[in-house]
Amino acid sequence: MSSADDVVLEVRDLRTRFGAAHGGIVAVDGLTLQLRRGCTTALVGESGSGKSATALSIMRLIDPPGAIIGGSVRYDGRDLLSLDEIAMRHVRGARIGMIFQDPLTSLNPALSIGGQIAETILAHETVQRGVALQRAVALLERVGIDHAASRAADYPHHFSGGMRQRVLIATAIACNPEIIIADEPTTALDVTVQAKVLRLLHDLQQEMQASLLLITHDLGVVATMADDVAVMYAGRIVEYADVDSIFHRPRHPYTQALLGCMAGIEDDRQAPLEPIAGAPPDLRALPPGCRFAPRCTQALGSCQQQEPALQRLSATHHAACLRLDAMVDG
Amino acid sequence: MAEPLLDVRALSKRFAGSGDGVFAVKEASFTLQRGETMGLVGESGCGKSTLARLLLNLIIPDQGSVVIDGTVFTGAPRRAQRKLRRRVQIVFQDALSSLNPRMTVGVNIAEPMRLQGLGTATERRAAVRALLDLVGLRAGDSERYPHEFSGGQCQRIAIARALILRPDIVVFDEAVSALDVSIRAQILRLMLDLQQRFGLAYLFISHDLGVVRRVSDRIAVMYLGRIVELGPAEELCRAPLHPYTAALLRAIPIADPRRMRVNDLGLTEGEAARPDKRMPGCAFQPRCAQRLPRCAHEPPALATLSTGRSVACFLHSSADHSTGLTRSDVP
Amino acid sequence: MDAPRVTIASPAPRAVIARASGWRLAAFRRDRGATLAALLLLALAAGAILAPWITFHGPDEADNAMRYAPLLSPGHLLGTDQQGRDMLARLLWGGRISLLVGVAPTLIATAIGLALGMLAGYARGVTDQIIMRSLDVLFAFPMVLLAIAVAGTLRPGVSTEMIAITIVLIPYIGRLARTATLSVVALPFIEAARAAGGAPVSIVLRYILPNVFGPILVYATTLMGLMIVVGSGLSFLGLGVQPPTADWGAMVADGRVVLRRAPHVTVLPGMMILLVSLLFNFLGDGLRDALDPRRRRQ
Repeated sequence: MSSADDVVLEVRDLRTRFGAAHGGIVAVDGLTLQLRRGCTTALVGESGSGKSATALSIMRLIDPPGAIIGGSVRYDGRDLLSLDEIAMRHVRGARIGMIFQDPLTSLNPALSIGGQIAETILAHETVQRGVALQRAVALLERVGIDHAASRAADYPHHFSGGMRQRVLIATAIACNPEIIIADEPTTALDVTVQAKVLRLLHDLQQEMQASLLLITHDLGVVATMADDVAVMYAGRIVEYADVDSIFHRPRHPYTQALLGCMAGIEDDRQAPLEPIAGAPPDLRALPPGCRFAPRCTQALGSCQQQEPALQRLSATHHAACLRLDAMVDG
Repeated sequence: MAEPLLDVRALSKRFAGSGDGVFAVKEASFTLQRGETMGLVGESGCGKSTLARLLLNLIIPDQGSVVIDGTVFTGAPRRAQRKLRRRVQIVFQDALSSLNPRMTVGVNIAEPMRLQGLGTATERRAAVRALLDLVGLRAGDSERYPHEFSGGQCQRIAIARALILRPDIVVFDEAVSALDVSIRAQILRLMLDLQQRFGLAYLFISHDLGVVRRVSDRIAVMYLGRIVELGPAEELCRAPLHPYTAALLRAIPIADPRRMRVNDLGLTEGEAARPDKRMPGCAFQPRCAQRLPRCAHEPPALATLSTGRSVACFLHSSADHSTGLTRSDVP
Repeated sequence: MDAPRVTIASPAPRAVIARASGWRLAAFRRDRGATLAALLLLALAAGAILAPWITFHGPDEADNAMRYAPLLSPGHLLGTDQQGRDMLARLLWGGRISLLVGVAPTLIATAIGLALGMLAGYARGVTDQIIMRSLDVLFAFPMVLLAIAVAGTLRPGVSTEMIAITIVLIPYIGRLARTATLSVVALPFIEAARAAGGAPVSIVLRYILPNVFGPILVYATTLMGLMIVVGSGLSFLGLGVQPPTADWGAMVADGRVVLRRAPHVTVLPGMMILLVSLLFNFLGDGLRDALDPRRRRQ
């Protein structure tokens, strides 16, 4: 997707299982992804497509009996998947910051806001508590909380949803991470608040030249925020390209159908509503061949026999569809 | 204009909250014609769900009334009220928990008939079969339990239940908000098909102005308990009159990177906060970039302009200011 | 499609019948542990009921020549106690009272507590306040102390013991029923029923009761074991059954003075109490799964 030197993190063939070895599901099945310095990669998909599982896998936060069962996550010359737990803890929260969807449950209700941010700093750096608290106040200011010095002593329930999300962002960037993973960061927020949080995330990322992995189901958020987009379906990436290609030259039938749904819903009253028939497959009982084939209007006979691999269409465009072999590259 | 199917007249409801009781809904008025869809849009806590419950008579308003086809629903005698309930039904956001987990899908769908004492068991079963077919499920599904179905399918079941009494009006309270895009399109299409077929009137409540715009004939925008703007869907979205409507529209990310990037998102100062009781003015005034001196002192009433659109804003109090703000007018 | 009764192609017609009926026997039977527990409890109950016909000795029939007979003595399978009374007979006769004291008051208290709790949770407001504050008064006393107080004001005996236990249990069940009701009332399907014109009585009986009954029944089942212990405690204190009539608690009390010399006199009834408590717990878990369609395995 890009020259090797500006790749900060590279995921290869990641496979993650939820649940026990028998009876569990493979939530992420052979995912390959690169995060570029100073760029935003959006991971987009419907619920159950494996996008959150990908984020948790990169952070190595998969709860047993679930496990990462294959692949590698290269960061800073090392494979994160082979680090021991102590080394991983130094990566988590320090080199890679994470922002979750629900800002209320992600904050400790019994600790002041400033205290929580200071905790994160103290966990990773040897500084005095007073220094950490001062930095916490500076961070709160930076994420746009008014009267940060006095508000640092307040508790999470004193803050509105949007403000809590800002606090979470402050926590995530406390140690100047190179990578920020944001899992549906604005889904629980009102649209006017969402706009401000998105702008904040973008500004901080530009300022810090960090890589942002943005996980979302909202195509509007993807279009406004992303540089690169990976579209996930049933645990796999079906299309991976620069944002303009995804929205203006989508090659995978699922991406096309998804955009069609969106256009029908949001754009034009006269445009027909074109739903995708059926529902995503049960990961316990995957269809043979391409996972999207049963819902695909363009499926060929061979789609039910062969699982397509992600193939390169251009320097910045990859898709996993057997029809692309038969088509003339546009 | 003929007498409206639904006439909501100055509904107000104040909840005794932790403070001194704030209005959840304040003087909300609108009408709904047969076969029409009214969209009700607003952010969390604006009172749109309370308004839905008020007009379904699930909570009693402090003031105002709901009139269905010329008959007063609010405060009607018990028997009459029960009968009027057949004419307004509701579909909720969380489809699964809107179904009784201990009853089969068939029993769930037939419940409204049972509760109304309508039909024999055989007739109810026949009605359930017909409805399952109508909403795209199989007859055999009636013997299964709600938890065996996906979110989209549960919403189909909930729609079937809402239709079994042959209502004139269906209220959709964030009914597609929890669904994935591809499933959302399926349910919207089903809703529109059913509306065509039965001439239903819809009140479509959502926080998502994009979806509301797609399905509604007219849109009412709520902010902190009040309807601040009401007008035909396309005009309201193309040229919003109220600064809040304009702010909402500018904040929606458009799914096209050539038309909008993050720096084009319109930002509005502050967050919706319950106004101080001693602040009598417009609730949006603290966040409004175009506020006038008087906005802090008196609340603007929802007034109908010569174009037929309604807005509660002093910028439009001189009745001829009817061209509206275009999106670029608003800083 | 036009047949009056829907016939659906189904791989397991019995499962359909079980689903359609309120009693989910098929689902329950799939839970081996619970089925076993139920069968053992039934066997114990049968033994207790049939005690007069299946034992060779009366429970109070003392034989001074045969005191402290150990287990597996000829004529006394489980030995005898310090008065030479047959342990097997005493255990079975004692089981009549212990099981009755464990089961009957729990069922009565469940019925009353469920009614009060659902009323409080659904009506809210003043009704809620009156019911819950009254229950709180009972709740304020420690369980055993309250039982002693109730039993102490009436004449000692089995019925007193049962009344005491019933009163002790009502606040526990009532509170849980109210909490469960509140969480069910908040769900939208209740609102949907109200929007369809459902009257309060039918909403409580058709919607709330089936949804709170499961957890309450499970709780009640686990309480049955505990109540056998409490009943035994009351007997131990002399407020329940009077000697020479035995329940398991009284037997434990009697035997403890000879614990060193003849441990089986104490241990056997103690084990019965433990066993029955455990069995009731297993039964409760099985019932919960069987009553909840979401937990039933397909």
